[in-house]
Amino acid sequence: MTSALLNERLGRRWRKPHFIKNPALRWGLILGAIVYVALALGSLEVNWQRVSEGLVRGWRFVAAFASPDFTKRGGDIYEGLLESAIVTVASTVVGILISVPIGLGAARNIAPLPVYLVCRGIVALSRALNEIIVAILMVAIFGFGPLAGFITLSFATIGFLSKLLAEDIEDMDRVQAEAIRATGSSWLQWINYGVQPQVMPRLIGLSMYRLDINFRESAVLGLVGAGGIGATLNTAFDRYEFDTAAAILLIIIATVMLLEYLSGIIRAKVQ
Amino acid sequence: MPILDSAGQKTWQLRNRNEQLVRWAGWLVGVAIFMWCWQRISEATTWAFVWDAPRIAADMASRSWPPRWSYMETLWAPLWDTLNIATIGTMLALVMAVPVAFLAARNTTPSAVFVRPIALLIIVSTRSINSLIWALLLVSIIGPGVLAGLIAIALRSIGFCAKLLYEAIEEIDTTQVEAITATGASRWQVMAYGIMPQIMPAFAGVAVFRWDINLRESTVLGLVGAGGIGLQLQSSLNVLAWPQVALILIVILVAVVVSEWVSAKVRGAII
Repeated sequence: MTSALLNERLGRRWRKPHFIKNPALRWGLILGAIVYVALALGSLEVNWQRVSEGLVRGWRFVAAFASPDFTKRGGDIYEGLLESAIVTVASTVVGILISVPIGLGAARNIAPLPVYLVCRGIVALSRALNEIIVAILMVAIFGFGPLAGFITLSFATIGFLSKLLAEDIEDMDRVQAEAIRATGSSWLQWINYGVQPQVMPRLIGLSMYRLDINFRESAVLGLVGAGGIGATLNTAFDRYEFDTAAAILLIIIATVMLLEYLSGIIRAKVQ
Repeated sequence: MPILDSAGQKTWQLRNRNEQLVRWAGWLVGVAIFMWCWQRISEATTWAFVWDAPRIAADMASRSWPPRWSYMETLWAPLWDTLNIATIGTMLALVMAVPVAFLAARNTTPSAVFVRPIALLIIVSTRSINSLIWALLLVSIIGPGVLAGLIAIALRSIGFCAKLLYEAIEEIDTTQVEAITATGASRWQVMAYGIMPQIMPAFAGVAVFRWDINLRESTVLGLVGAGGIGLQLQSSLNVLAWPQVALILIVILVAVVVSEWVSAKVRGAII
């Protein structure tokens, strides 16, 4: 058998198919990415001397994690943490209370078109604005303190919960709701017995998740003067008290882990 | 089925008496906690400022309108920086997240007892600390500038990307991996030909999704000195130049909407 025939039988060598099939698009994207990265890195101004000086301090910070100081500013940490927790709970509760009617309004299958558009508008606005920017405006309007943080987080909660709740209502089983309607129920009874039982597990799960997010966010709102543990953390960094800062960060991580674990249990239970 | 029997009249009820009592007690505790939180917030608030809020808000609005459009010239450079922070930060995060994800996924981790918990700890701790706090930390270590923001975004995104990636890795089709293994492929070849092609779509989706979030977050990093458009926002706020603040907020809003649109388009094209 000649070698040409053998090659024919073996066929071409297998090559891995490409992720993007169109070669022009693929090479265009690769080239574009390379040019962009080069441009971006070119415009990056780095003061290497300052960085190398800072690395010593960075090492001190890493070392501080080995010996966090919970006691020296213990009172401040406790106050800040309590305020963060209070803002988290209050804003989550109020956020849920407001987002339920807005969520109902933003579901196309139960709300008339004008209500739907208004509610979707509110949701879009709330989602587009960054929490920190809202917090800055709220601090400017309502003054320093936890009230500004509370309003910010409530507002942010509305965008998150209403959107997901509305999507869940839109995906619900129509048959159950129609059955309730057929018994001659009023609108409220219809929502209460036909819609609510279908979306309740998910609503509880999302609320727990949002509680978790709100705590994380409340930890940074203090940076712009909206109360909570963020203010304490900022002060610690400003004074280069890395051991206190490490302690605060460890507390935040531990709390978030705990909340995530708890919300996981609750979500597993209701779903 | 719980039925209330009063004077021979039978009425259907959703729950029996004990269930109702437990629920009622639960609600009582919940409301009490909320009221206590509200009281604490109220104590920490200067209500005179709050009652004055509508006037202040109207005043701020009147002073910030019309926005100072000519200020846009100085905003292009920080906007470019913001884009770079988000994009390069996401790239760095992905580079670090991929190994973490492989170490965290149950089916690819070298050791479920020793390595997996460490990978999970990395995921949780980077995820629970907000990028603004990372930025604060990095600014105090390596000095203010774009680099601090870039690293802050990268560190913060590791957890998010690695979590979504390792969930994708755990959900892969094992028969394909087995087929590759059966050809006598090495561990790395199995990864490259059996696992990577399966998670590529998830990887691209996560990258774009996180890029969208990072662009939002990088707009405010400047508030703590980590570069980008937030720096201009901070300096405009400090001198109470409200027309400039209004323009910056509009620019941020447009950037967020555009990034969301791009991310939705790209994800739509992939999935």
